Amino acid sequence: MACAPHWEHFEHMADIGIRGYGRTPAEAFAQAAIALTAVITDPSGVQTEEKVAIELERDDGGDLELLLVDFLDAVIYEMAVRKMLFGRFEVTIDDHRLKAVLWGEPVDRQRHQPAVEVKGATYTELKVARTDDGCWLAQCVLDV
Amino acid sequence: MDIGKLERIDETVWCIPPTGRMRVPVLIYADEALIRDMDDKVAEQAANVATLPGIVGACYVMPDAHWGYGFPIGGVAAFDPDEGGVVSAGGVGFDISCGVRTLTTGLRREEVEAVKKTLAEALFTTVPAGVGSRGKIRLDDAEMTAMLRGGARWAVERGYGRPEDLERIEEHGCMAGADPAQVSARARERQRREMGTLGSGNHYLEVQVVEQIFDPAVAEVFGLHPGEIVVTIHCGSRGLGHQIASEFLKKMQRAAKAAGIELPDRELACAPIDSPAGQSYLGAMRAGINCALANRQIITHLVRQVFGEFFPEADLKLIYDVSHNTCKQETHEVGGRRRALFVHRKGATRAFGPGHPALPAVFRPVGQPVIIGGSMGTGSYILVGTAESEKRSLSSACHGAGRCLSRRQATKIWQGNEVVAQLERQGVIVRSPSMRGVAEEAPQAYKSVDAVVAAADRAGLAKRVAHLRPLICIKG
Repeated sequence: MACAPHWEHFEHMADIGIRGYGRTPAEAFAQAAIALTAVITDPSGVQTEEKVAIELERDDGGDLELLLVDFLDAVIYEMAVRKMLFGRFEVTIDDHRLKAVLWGEPVDRQRHQPAVEVKGATYTELKVARTDDGCWLAQCVLDV
Repeated sequence: MDIGKLERIDETVWCIPPTGRMRVPVLIYADEALIRDMDDKVAEQAANVATLPGIVGACYVMPDAHWGYGFPIGGVAAFDPDEGGVVSAGGVGFDISCGVRTLTTGLRREEVEAVKKTLAEALFTTVPAGVGSRGKIRLDDAEMTAMLRGGARWAVERGYGRPEDLERIEEHGCMAGADPAQVSARARERQRREMGTLGSGNHYLEVQVVEQIFDPAVAEVFGLHPGEIVVTIHCGSRGLGHQIASEFLKKMQRAAKAAGIELPDRELACAPIDSPAGQSYLGAMRAGINCALANRQIITHLVRQVFGEFFPEADLKLIYDVSHNTCKQETHEVGGRRRALFVHRKGATRAFGPGHPALPAVFRPVGQPVIIGGSMGTGSYILVGTAESEKRSLSSACHGAGRCLSRRQATKIWQGNEVVAQLERQGVIVRSPSMRGVAEEAPQAYKSVDAVVAAADRAGLAKRVAHLRPLICIKG
């Protein structure tokens, strides 16, 4: 079945939930990361001129949900130490590692109007699974 | 929350008796209106906490509680290491030692009103706030280690603030038992440019006027006088605390499994206190507490510099500095005996009553100041710890207003510039790098802090001393 990659937010009282959908877990992860950026600023306003590569050795025992938290935490770390925002993500996952390329630019406080800093990904409402329409879903609540 | 599921003990105390794997009951402190508005998830999460090994007394829920992750925000739980008790990274939260401090200025309201706009601008320019901001202080690895060990004491030694500030901070400004070696290179890296920064979200720096005094005798001890100006700072341990929390949430998944602890929710990941993982977290978390204390101390120094330019005669004295995301070892009487317990307070403030040995001499006759931050523009309260809160909630009280609308709902209803204009009409100047951030923190997105504080007062968790109304609010 066709699955158009996309993302959305869902309600959590104090914090905010993110959902990414894609044809593969990797694509759903990439969409979830855009949803993460959208918590801070409009992702379409982030120029994708600089590239940052991340690589995670998988020590999650094959658990894609734990891998999603690791991946989002790695993105949050790069945003925090580089003071950057990312608007595009390319993710590949194999049995041993996750590799991702993040495209973005340094935070421009005037232009991006960053609303809130993301502190970390939580295990609350954490889910990586196939949906009825054949998409992969990757979701969790972020602490902001 | 469905009150049909609760046993009402008295006007402000509600009980969920233990069922299933719960080891202790849940006790919720709130009036009926607050209970009805409280999310059902609060009860579910508190009941989950009540299943954790070694929990004693009850899982206590404060009047401002709301749905958190793992633990409810506004949750208090104490564990006995002699009974297999655990420590939980989720039970402390991401912003380790997030907290509030208030300083008196001795200035009259009219003096500040006369320079309000330029003072707001100077504070906004001097104190780094919001996403992408950087502090001026860069720490190399040796200094980072010294800061993690020394907390506010380190900051004072480096010239940020005054020695007399230290006794006006919980733990006298330096959390014992911090182990900087347990703080990873990544956590340190996240902090390298973030010392003395406010952060974002619900963190703020406010210039406030003492609007109402409820208890003149205690207000006198705290140095609070009607019509005088105070400054309140709300922030935490910044990127370092967030990184420690993320790393230990993961480590504790494994530690819990290894210890055979069945978790009703992965976010409740924990480790026995008497285990390498538990001790490693405690060492790192205490270092995180010191980072938060140092951070608020540096911001205090920056605030004093700004006030010094406007009011050379003004003397900014720290009333007290409280933390509301911690796990601390404290002695409490539970089950008829004094026990050394590890008390988790997640979105809850320690509220020691009169005579407590941990308090500086000045507060011993009356109890500790309990500072409760309201939402942007609506005011804050200073309360005082009571003798009876030890029995009621292991000497704990609420920490703030608590949200009633999510960020998403808030931005659908309000525009940041409208919120700023509306607050300005009410006499509050808001300065923030992000208008969307202001909309997400709109005052109406939070419960009434008045109702929360009134419930805490009636329940005897802490007693009202003063109400503070903001004049200037710097938001991250």
